[in-house]
Amino acid sequence: MKDKTINKTKIEKLAAVLFALVVWHIVAIVVDNSMLLVTPAAVVKRMFNLLFEKDFLSAVGFSLIRIVAGFFIALATGSVLAVIAGRFRLAEIMFWPFIVAIKSVPVVSFIILCLIWLSSRTLSVFIAFLMVLPIVYTNMLEGIKSTDKKLLEMAQLYNVGWLKKLKYIYLPHLKPYVISACSISIGLSWKAGTAAEVIGIPEGSIGEKLYEAKVYFSSADLLSWTVVIIVVSILFEKLFLYLLKYFFERLESA
Amino acid sequence: MDIIVSNLSKGFGAKHVLTDFSAIFPEHEVTCLMGPSGCGKTTLLNILMGFLHQDSGTVSGIPKNKSAVFQEDRLCESFNAVSNVRLVCNRKVENKKIISHLERIGLIGSLNQPVSELSGGMKRRVAIVRAVLANSDVIFLDEPFKGLDVDTKKDVMQYIKSNKQDRTVIMVTHSIDEVEFMNGNLIVMEQKAEG
Repeated sequence: MKDKTINKTKIEKLAAVLFALVVWHIVAIVVDNSMLLVTPAAVVKRMFNLLFEKDFLSAVGFSLIRIVAGFFIALATGSVLAVIAGRFRLAEIMFWPFIVAIKSVPVVSFIILCLIWLSSRTLSVFIAFLMVLPIVYTNMLEGIKSTDKKLLEMAQLYNVGWLKKLKYIYLPHLKPYVISACSISIGLSWKAGTAAEVIGIPEGSIGEKLYEAKVYFSSADLLSWTVVIIVVSILFEKLFLYLLKYFFERLESA
Repeated sequence: MDIIVSNLSKGFGAKHVLTDFSAIFPEHEVTCLMGPSGCGKTTLLNILMGFLHQDSGTVSGIPKNKSAVFQEDRLCESFNAVSNVRLVCNRKVENKKIISHLERIGLIGSLNQPVSELSGGMKRRVAIVRAVLANSDVIFLDEPFKGLDVDTKKDVMQYIKSNKQDRTVIMVTHSIDEVEFMNGNLIVMEQKAEG
């Protein structure tokens, strides 16, 4: 019964995607200007050409390494800050203005400011970091604060060490908070990271390719690179979340 | 060393739960606390376990190593029964011993399931084995047989009796049968008038 419902939902979603592609195709035919909008078929064709271009992989690799690095640095930093804030209320108060500022300041302001501080090659690392940090921090802090006090009392009574407390109490409780933070922030890090590359134009990045597409009015290139960003972002998200869930499963069965 | 409670008072806001309560819990013996709901039995246990601080009075003789069956099971739900017991045991306690204790009180065939999938009675028994196998000098039991059927309850009481060794046991109960079965000293607590 459940399988049937899942299959039905998948079919419905596939039909919706096909409908959207048909709408896109019709609009492109009506507009009839390849500079403004190309058909989905033209995008697919251009994508295949891109795959065999010599700098395709290096551009993907350039952006992937930097955005993923920014994500992981933010994941580690946000987790550590959340642990400190969860332990010391004063720290939580002291962190608050920074987190609120990072959350509220438009990403483009950060990008321009960071261009003054950093080289364009490291810009996307920092911008991805800034986008992910408050999400990880907020989710982790909420998780830490809502840890079952009665379980912590039990651990205190039995003199359970901090490593065992981490494994048996904190990590299983934080699991949904970490997964939720990661699934929200991976997509965001790609959006902000590539936006930073478009403004900073580091040589050999996906952002540079998008910028060139804009300069040459090539909507086929623009949409093809956009599809590449979406695919790489989704693949990374799926892989990372799979590994994360696997880690938690192993932890609980150990 | 006996655990000695002298002139203990504890209130929550305007509500006085314990007023000038004194008692002695003899070392190596079972002492049962009985009394109507709200008379302060669990509050007293929480003070003895170190989770609450009394408003006045003194408590002495509490050993460093303690174990407990709380009113709630307080288990790590995503882990299995063996892991839950392992959590509080030192390295000297082998998994074989944990498994034999869990099987002794009827948890055969459920040892690899996460405790979230166990029934209320099974969870209760995991919490009891955890308290028994932990390295402790005193065991606090807060209505430990809650949720167990009559036969299982007898079996579990026998299990605690045979495995308590020379530890001090302080047990909250509502049943005189449990006090008699455990050969326990009895302290009856009274409901304090409001004010």
